[in-house]
Amino acid sequence: MKQLSPASRARYFRRQLVDRVMSGLCMVAAGVGLVLLGLILWMLFSNGIGGLKLSVFTNSMAQPGAEGGLANAIVGSLIQVGLGATIGAPLGMMVGVYLSEVGKESKFASVVRFVNDILLSAPSVLIGLFVYQIAVAPMGGFSGFAGALSLALIAMPIVARTTEDILRLVPQAYRDGAVALGSRENEVVRKVVLPAAFSGILTGVLLAVARIAGETAPLLFTSLGNTNWSTDLTQPMASLPIAIYRYAGSPYPEWVSLAWTGAMLITVGVLVLNILSRFSHAAVAGKSQG
Amino acid sequence: MSLMTKEASETVEAGAPAPRSIRGTPTSAPVVKPTAAVTAATRIKIQDINAFYGEKQALFGVNLEIPDNAVTAFIGASGCGKSTLLRCLNRMNDTIPGARVEGRILMDGIDVNGTEIDPVQVRTRIGMVFQKPNPFPISIYENIAYGPRTHKLTSSKAELDEIVERSLRRAALWDEVKDRLGKPGLGLSGGQQQRLVIARALAVSPAVILMDEPCSALDPIATAHIEALLDELRKHTCIVMVTHSMAQAARVSQVTAFFHMGKLIESGPTDQIFTMPKVEQTHDYITGRFG
Repeated sequence: MKQLSPASRARYFRRQLVDRVMSGLCMVAAGVGLVLLGLILWMLFSNGIGGLKLSVFTNSMAQPGAEGGLANAIVGSLIQVGLGATIGAPLGMMVGVYLSEVGKESKFASVVRFVNDILLSAPSVLIGLFVYQIAVAPMGGFSGFAGALSLALIAMPIVARTTEDILRLVPQAYRDGAVALGSRENEVVRKVVLPAAFSGILTGVLLAVARIAGETAPLLFTSLGNTNWSTDLTQPMASLPIAIYRYAGSPYPEWVSLAWTGAMLITVGVLVLNILSRFSHAAVAGKSQG
Repeated sequence: MSLMTKEASETVEAGAPAPRSIRGTPTSAPVVKPTAAVTAATRIKIQDINAFYGEKQALFGVNLEIPDNAVTAFIGASGCGKSTLLRCLNRMNDTIPGARVEGRILMDGIDVNGTEIDPVQVRTRIGMVFQKPNPFPISIYENIAYGPRTHKLTSSKAELDEIVERSLRRAALWDEVKDRLGKPGLGLSGGQQQRLVIARALAVSPAVILMDEPCSALDPIATAHIEALLDELRKHTCIVMVTHSMAQAARVSQVTAFFHMGKLIESGPTDQIFTMPKVEQTHDYITGRFG
């Protein structure tokens, strides 16, 4: 440092100071995020773990005083989320494939991309109202199917977006190689591009499932919720988020306790999905490094 | 690269009779008399090709005959149109939006540039190897099997096994990978990957193989492997190669075509182009005065 002029020394120390301050701010921000997440998890587990007993999984929701559980809500959630993902994920994938491999920069593709982005950020309560209009009202009542449909509408744009993003990461060299071997466009996509992007797309689907598993608002107007055991898709169906919504605000301590346990179950489920998606993504990264 | 170019230019400037000295890489097979190769049958006739990317014209009235059973090298500075011409031959320019190619490219009497010709058919007859090795992210075996499967060339697993083995042997890769055919193609070294994609192209028995700077991403040893392989492959196929290395063109090709600003300046037997070019521009380029 000796040979530096006073002016450049001052500059050097200023830059060092700015660097340290910025790094410090970033660390504080990361710390705040971590502490908040930790507090939420701690609160969930400390309140929820006490209510975790076998009856939660074996009994349906019941009157205050009776030994109630969440079995109907858990199964209802599984059915609606499962059906929603089954409808929404393939549609989303097809949209993603269209945007990345067929439409590309065309006018129509840009419009689809724009609309998809709007759908992606639309309030989920709006999706619920929309499905109420197109499914609940004409079918004459709330139903598990309508609930699944609203979840599908939320999952679709997420999957479309992640699929497009992942497909764009597939090296152009793979496509060129396949074209040069005399593959048609659909063969290039089916045999080379999609397999190369498979785990990335799976990650997107898992994240979409994690997202719709916790959705409450769209289900309020569609599957409504049900205190009894029902797996009939044409009838109102229970779900964990709605059970939490109903129970958490109730005056009965056993219901409040069940709400905490239900919230903990959803969180654990979402956590597991996120961990799975990380694994599937790590598999992609590992493969491309070869 | 710059070193090799210098070597080539020194040889020419010293007035050596033929660029034999730079042909003599340790791995290359005995050199066949270039004149013999040039008199071989013409495989592809390029007639009056004009190519455009949108408004920009990339090729101006190119006429060239490409002989069978020989390596034809396209040389020239970056942006001279040599890669564009190469990509015309298997209709790869069709995949670029706004690209347009006028003129005729005759192969076996058929104009492969004709509008009624299915580009997919052209590409099964004319294989291509790219600058960067691009094996698919699947196993070595599956990489080779891709073409035969796509074009349903085989009816049985045994037949497919045979094609895979034959293709890998022709690409001089079999001994290195025969015990790990199920392993990912991307796990191979760069030079092995390039031989893998050459084998992949060979698996559909193309009449012509196009190579777009096949060695520019490889180290000298891997390059020597590929060059030795080219000399072997040309016995049964027509090879067209774009290269930035003039030393490489001199070592492996029998015919050289020099391009500048989208025009074919000169073409002829490699020995003649490198020792007594007829056009001043060619002379300037190969002696390193420009480009």
